[in-house]
Amino acid sequence: MEPRPRSFYILAAFFTLFLIFLYGPTITIAILSFQGPTGGLTFPMKGTSFHWFRDLFEQQAVGDIWGSFSRSFLLGLMVMVTTVVVSVMGGLAFRKRFAGSSVLFYLIITSLVIPSILISLGVGLIWSQSGLTVHWSTSGFGAQLTWTLPFGLLIMFAVFNRFDASYEEAARDLGATPWQTLRHVVLPIIAPSLIGVALFGFTLSYDEFARTLLTSGSHNTLPLEIFGMTTNVTSPVIFALGTLTTLFSFVVIAVFLGVVWLTDRRRKAKGSDAGKGLV
Amino acid sequence: MTDSSATPSTAASAGSPRFALSSHLTGWLMAAPLALVLTVFLVAPIVMIVVVSFWGATEFSIYPAFQFDNYEFLFGSDVTYRVFFNTLKYAAITWVFALLIGFTVAYFLAFHVRTQTWQIALFLLCTIPFWTSNIIRMISWIPFLGRNGLANSTLISWGVIDEPLEWLLFSDFSVILAFVHLYTLFMVVPIFNTMMRIDKSLIEAAADAGATGWQTLTHVIIPLTKPGIMIGTIFVVTLVMGDFITVRFMSGSQSANVGRMIQNDIGLLQYPSAAATAVILLVTVLMVIGLMLRFVDIRKEL
Repeated sequence: MEPRPRSFYILAAFFTLFLIFLYGPTITIAILSFQGPTGGLTFPMKGTSFHWFRDLFEQQAVGDIWGSFSRSFLLGLMVMVTTVVVSVMGGLAFRKRFAGSSVLFYLIITSLVIPSILISLGVGLIWSQSGLTVHWSTSGFGAQLTWTLPFGLLIMFAVFNRFDASYEEAARDLGATPWQTLRHVVLPIIAPSLIGVALFGFTLSYDEFARTLLTSGSHNTLPLEIFGMTTNVTSPVIFALGTLTTLFSFVVIAVFLGVVWLTDRRRKAKGSDAGKGLV
Repeated sequence: MTDSSATPSTAASAGSPRFALSSHLTGWLMAAPLALVLTVFLVAPIVMIVVVSFWGATEFSIYPAFQFDNYEFLFGSDVTYRVFFNTLKYAAITWVFALLIGFTVAYFLAFHVRTQTWQIALFLLCTIPFWTSNIIRMISWIPFLGRNGLANSTLISWGVIDEPLEWLLFSDFSVILAFVHLYTLFMVVPIFNTMMRIDKSLIEAAADAGATGWQTLTHVIIPLTKPGIMIGTIFVVTLVMGDFITVRFMSGSQSANVGRMIQNDIGLLQYPSAAATAVILLVTVLMVIGLMLRFVDIRKEL
């Protein structure tokens, strides 16, 4: 290997600074959440303790955090499943041109770039004008889908752009029905990307704020609850909550990456050459 | 994402004319759930906002009407122009920083990291914050930038300043810092993606033809990376223009952008006025996107 040019070291230093910039603040609040009972929102640390984490488990100190957490978790799962199913179907549909496909494509792009507050406001207005009550599981759920679906679909488009159609032809030649082809050939090949879509679906929903703001009704999701806290809580308890949710997000990401790794290993162990091409 | 064999598979049996209708039908059936969601939660809300923007409002309620009062008021007010200018200013400054940082990071990952395992590992490391909460990431700046925060106390202990800097938090500076922090990732990902698809032999050819590293960068890599840059730009610009929460939080409610204006009206139950502002915001954003899409075909770039 040729020696690394000097630019490598400069860029590597830049990259390291970028990572510090990305993670630094999060690490800071992680440290501060162990602030002693008399400590404040900034350094210096006045001792270390689990005081603020204990506070989180006392209902009256912080409001309905666990209720909002369970709502966010459930909503995340609902959005995740819907995003995966709808994105796969949409991705399959877009493999061929159909009348109206380009209109639908531009709607997907619009859904991605539209300022979130418009969705929030529009859905809220529709619900209130038709006499319905906004609820996180109906209007909130739909409003979040307009954020997660474009990501899911863009992934599916990228996957199917690279998909080798000869596998399906082979399946057809062997007499497989379209459903069998989908079930036993297409879905196994795209399975790893589906895990990616699921990860997007869950985490984008779990952290979504703007589109849920006017559409979730009287029962807050966790990000809304945290935002409420920022205006009236002035103790490190909010850092403790931040640390816990960030940890939870890391666990979720790790679980998804773990699933990818496991399916990959199982596939190799079983010796299936699906998606590998003919050697 | 790292695969470079991008052959569009649209050739997959276009079918003879006899089957044309049935192929449309399967397409429609498969796309139906998607179309349904987008109709109810994207198209209908936009239509609703446009309709309501012509309505009237009293202090407590809104009533159907067809009047241009909301628009007349908006276009007749200095505040509107100032706030729109402020919004575009945030978008432009954030874009410049996101592009410079994002490009450099992607360039390092794509061309200076040699093994694919490391490339993927470092890339994942960059993307993980994207999957965590934006609100928490904003809050995280407070102990850093506050009056007694890390930045101030460090600078004082180094003797750079005597008094704590007041403009670090709750200022335009902190707003833009937070934007760059939150959204640079949206620049890194598409640029890295296009860079990974650049044929490495082109770089070698440039070097063989005697190009310096800098010449290769400006004459080969940047032109080939343009689609990724455009996609990243669309993300960053629209996210910043539509934002209201970062501006409210990081400016301590001292600065305004269009999103904040809409949110204020909503807080005062002035929905028609909020809707009119939202319509103008949407038109502005779509115009910016339309302009950018002239330079890049998104569907081809995935």
